[in-house]
Amino acid sequence: MRRGFSRDRKGRINVRVDPSELLVLDDLVQQLYALVKPESSENDDPLAAMVGIESTATEHDDPAMQRLFPQAYPDDAAASDDFRRFTERSLREEKVERAHIVQVGISRLTAEGGQGQIPADEVPAWLGTLNNLRLVLASRVGVSDDEGLWRRQIEHDPELVQGAMIYDWLTWLQDSLVTVIHP
Amino acid sequence: MGIAPVELDRPEAESVVQTDTPWITLVWNDPVNLMSYVTFVFMEYFAYPKEKATDLMLDVHEKGRAVVSSGTREEMERDVTAMHSYGLWATLQKDD
Repeated sequence: MRRGFSRDRKGRINVRVDPSELLVLDDLVQQLYALVKPESSENDDPLAAMVGIESTATEHDDPAMQRLFPQAYPDDAAASDDFRRFTERSLREEKVERAHIVQVGISRLTAEGGQGQIPADEVPAWLGTLNNLRLVLASRVGVSDDEGLWRRQIEHDPELVQGAMIYDWLTWLQDSLVTVIHP
Repeated sequence: MGIAPVELDRPEAESVVQTDTPWITLVWNDPVNLMSYVTFVFMEYFAYPKEKATDLMLDVHEKGRAVVSSGTREEMERDVTAMHSYGLWATLQKDD
C-alpha cells in the first residue's frame, strides 16, 4: 500500500502512516480539540447555546484562533461580533466533532499497525481536521509567505524547525488526500 | 386621489442590479491552504466547474483575493460561514 492516502481498485480510500507518526498526529488532534472546543460558563444562556448562539463573542487574541474564526466584516467590528455570536459555536462544534472522528480513526489505524481504510463518510472529517491542524501549526511556527522565506527566519530555533517539519508532513498528508478525492 | 404612480422616474438598471445583489463574498490568499484544496472547495461548495474554480483559486493566489460569490447579505453570510468551516479566509462586504 502506498504511503499517505490512496485509492484501491475497488475505489476505497486507504491510508498508511508510520505508527510513530500516528502518535504525533494523535497528540496534535488532542491539542486542536482542547483549542477549539466551545467555551462554556455559568452565565451561558442554555437555550441560546442549544441553537448555537454565543452570549458573548469578540475577536480572538490568539492568532491561531483568529485564523480559524476570522472577522467576517473586515471594516465593521460590531457586525463581525454579531456574525461570530451566531456562527462560531456551530463552527467549533463541527471542528470538535471532526477531530473526534479522526481520533477514533487513529485508534483504529494504530491497532492495525498504521494502515487501514477510511470510510467515505469520514473523509470530510479527515480533510477538515488536517486543514485545521495546518492552520494552527502555521500560526505557531510562523508560516507567513507563499515563497517559504519564513523558513530562514526560524532556522535557528530547533523547536520551530521541528514544528515546520510536522507542518510539512501534514501538508504532504493532506495533499495526498485531496489528490485521492479530487484527482 | 388617484392610482397613477406619483414617481415616474425609473431607477437606472445599474442601481436595480445593486439593490438585488449588493453583497459579495471575498476569499483572501494565505500561505497555508493548498491550491488543490482551494479549487476542491470552490467546486464542492459552489458547484463551480473545474475551470472556473481553478481561475478563482489562481486569482486568490496571484492577486491576493477573489470575489467568489454575490447575493443578499444573508446568502453571503452563509457562504462566508461555509468558507470558514473549510478553513478558508473569507469576508463579506457591500459591492461598492
